[in-house]
Amino acid sequence: MPLMSLTGNYAVAHAVRLARVKVISAYPITPQTTIVEKLSAMVENGELDAKMVRVESEHSALATVFGAASAGARAFTATSSHGLLYMHEVVWWAAGSRIPLVMAVVTRAIGPPWNIHVDHQDIFDQRDTGWIIGIAQENQEVLDMTLQAFKLSEDPRVYLPVMVGLDGFILSHTRAPVDVPEQELVDEWLPPRRQPYVISPESNYVMGNIAPDEVHFLMRYSMHEAMEAAKTVIKEIDKEYGEVFGRSYGGLIECHNCDDADYIIVITGSWSGDAKVASDMLRENGYKVGVARIRYIRPWPKEELEELGSRAKGIIVFDRAISMGGYGPLYSDVAGTLYSNGGKTSLVGVIAGLAGVDVGAETFKETITSIIHKIEENGFFFEPQLWLLPKDYSSREKMMEVAKRWL
Amino acid sequence: MVINLRKLPDKKYIMPGNAACPGCPETMGLRYVKMALGDNVVLVIPAGCSSVIQGISPYSGINAPILNIVFAAAASAATGMKAAFEAMGKDDVHVVVWAGDGGTGDIGFQALSGAAERDEDIIYICVDNEAYMNTGIQRSSLTPYGAWTTTTWKGKKEHKKNIPMILISHGVKYVATASVGYPTDFIEKLQRASKIKGFRYIHLLAPCPVGWRFDPALTAKVAQLAVETGLFPLYEYINGEFKLSPIAKRYKDPSKRKPIIEYLKLQGRYRHLLDKPEEIKKIEEYIENTWKLIETLEESFAPGKDRGKKIFDAL
Ligand SMILES: Cc1ncc(C[n+]2csc(CCOP(=O)(O)OP(=O)(O)O)c2C)c(N)n1
Ligand code: SF4
Repeated sequence: MPLMSLTGNYAVAHAVRLARVKVISAYPITPQTTIVEKLSAMVENGELDAKMVRVESEHSALATVFGAASAGARAFTATSSHGLLYMHEVVWWAAGSRIPLVMAVVTRAIGPPWNIHVDHQDIFDQRDTGWIIGIAQENQEVLDMTLQAFKLSEDPRVYLPVMVGLDGFILSHTRAPVDVPEQELVDEWLPPRRQPYVISPESNYVMGNIAPDEVHFLMRYSMHEAMEAAKTVIKEIDKEYGEVFGRSYGGLIECHNCDDADYIIVITGSWSGDAKVASDMLRENGYKVGVARIRYIRPWPKEELEELGSRAKGIIVFDRAISMGGYGPLYSDVAGTLYSNGGKTSLVGVIAGLAGVDVGAETFKETITSIIHKIEENGFFFEPQLWLLPKDYSSREKMMEVAKRWL
Repeated sequence: MVINLRKLPDKKYIMPGNAACPGCPETMGLRYVKMALGDNVVLVIPAGCSSVIQGISPYSGINAPILNIVFAAAASAATGMKAAFEAMGKDDVHVVVWAGDGGTGDIGFQALSGAAERDEDIIYICVDNEAYMNTGIQRSSLTPYGAWTTTTWKGKKEHKKNIPMILISHGVKYVATASVGYPTDFIEKLQRASKIKGFRYIHLLAPCPVGWRFDPALTAKVAQLAVETGLFPLYEYINGEFKLSPIAKRYKDPSKRKPIIEYLKLQGRYRHLLDKPEEIKKIEEYIENTWKLIETLEESFAPGKDRGKKIFDAL
């Protein structure tokens, strides 16, 4: 299998090519743009036999691929940030229709002020829509997760659309060696398109007209059930992918140093790599710290986290997004899960890295060390919102003073 | 082309139990669409009365495959469906958008304009009842001057946005106006459009008894009066050629037109201006201006003359 030097965005494009997608539609937005550019080139030079629809907006991009998928074609789109928010209505519609579909989301901060750098505000905004949402850590995983997304979405136990998140610039525009599978192997592994219904003259099927409220309620329930089923399917696919292509990631979460860990870092996305480095450094200093990297924020890896929570002294969650006036979104889900444990585990939610502010391994290490000290000193420590403010602004007062100048 | 209604499919396309109001122009129009195009059709319907008319699933009051879609995205969803059918080798399926005036001229306009500019191979029908009826008669950009709606209690202050002309200036292959008062004319246009490849747009006037405040028995009559008073000219623009439809030709001559008051007085939405001659005059002026525009187009885009086509080709 050829090893290529690929940016995360090109890794997405190659996965789309390998899945033999039939209809693609997307609208440019940084840092997603190079996905559409690459796919356009692939279509134009005959590498990929697909229709490329160059629409006038993201709302239309998702509606176009949704229309195509409803008619029976494997379809794909990609976007970021404002584009994803602009699509939001169609995001719901596509999931509620139970039509298999794949979308890459290159995560990026939301304005104002305009900002093209990474955070997770955009993708977490989609949590409740009924899409399966995966977030990759590095470029190889971007390719593998995108390819797997087609199989997952089209599995009759699931029939839900899938988003694949990759961090803006950190992955999208940074090259790394990526093992690109052979087409023949992918063809053998990925079954032909399956979907619950098609809309065509032959089917005479009607999708989306009014249903009784009770039926609508049950449809939400069945989507939730499909999410539960997806947990099994994600693990199955991860395993068989490993057998065929030599790479498995561990299902809904990937654990690093978790086995004997006293403290578990819960995190998602590319900065998980820095957290892992920090955990290795902390181990050298005698702290038993592991990292549970969330690979899928939907369906939520409840069982895995319950298990980790039941044996750890403390859980430290890093959020790259904030529900302003509430909590970090990962934190909320973790807290909900840990309640099953009677609230005995120490729990801290850290909000950091918003708007692309970099958080390196050293910073992770320092932050985690100071939290561990608090837990060990008091036997228990609970702090839902620890703001890791950018360097040089490290007091709230100073931060507010600066922020006010922009208002 | 002569349409023999008896030779068209007599299948039931509008089913008992559908949720339309009595005298609904949208069910009339939908029936004609299916009569004209047959069964190799999928409909794409954005939010609007026609999403409700279908009734409660798993049943449907419209005997056709339908993709219901969010309000602003009909043209885009249709684009995707057509792309999929082509990718699967089913090029002959007609993908037909059936959208209200709001779904066409307001919230769905961007997607419509995009699909027209890309010359997507779909048929887009705007069923124009001149307001947002589904949400209870609010003004749209296609509500005519003076009309009462629940957001223009004293009458709308602006004239109707001219969508067919905007579509012509997109350089698409086929644009036509039609009225539910003239089914054979509409069916003929649909059949002609169906033989053309590329983006096709039909603007169907659909008087709504509920929103326009008239007796539901009079839908067809009001739809005819709109044409007979000269207010709504019927025409076709095909690949650079513009021509008035046979029914509408005689209304080029102002003396052949029925007085506009005959149209206005049937409709409660105009009740407040019936005793205001200056307001009626404004509507009459609008009719005059409409026909001036029609004459210019007839001249520039006369069949065989190719002048208008050259204008667009040069753009
Ligand atoms: C994004 C969005 N905004 C508003 C609505 C509410 N809405 C549903 S139908 C409708 C009006 C439809 O008007 P029109 O397109 O003229 O069709 P008609 O109902 O008259 O047939 C509105 C405002 C919606 N469904 N979606
Ligand atoms: S409000 Fe008018 S257009 Fe809507 S269903 Fe009733 S009659 Fe038909």
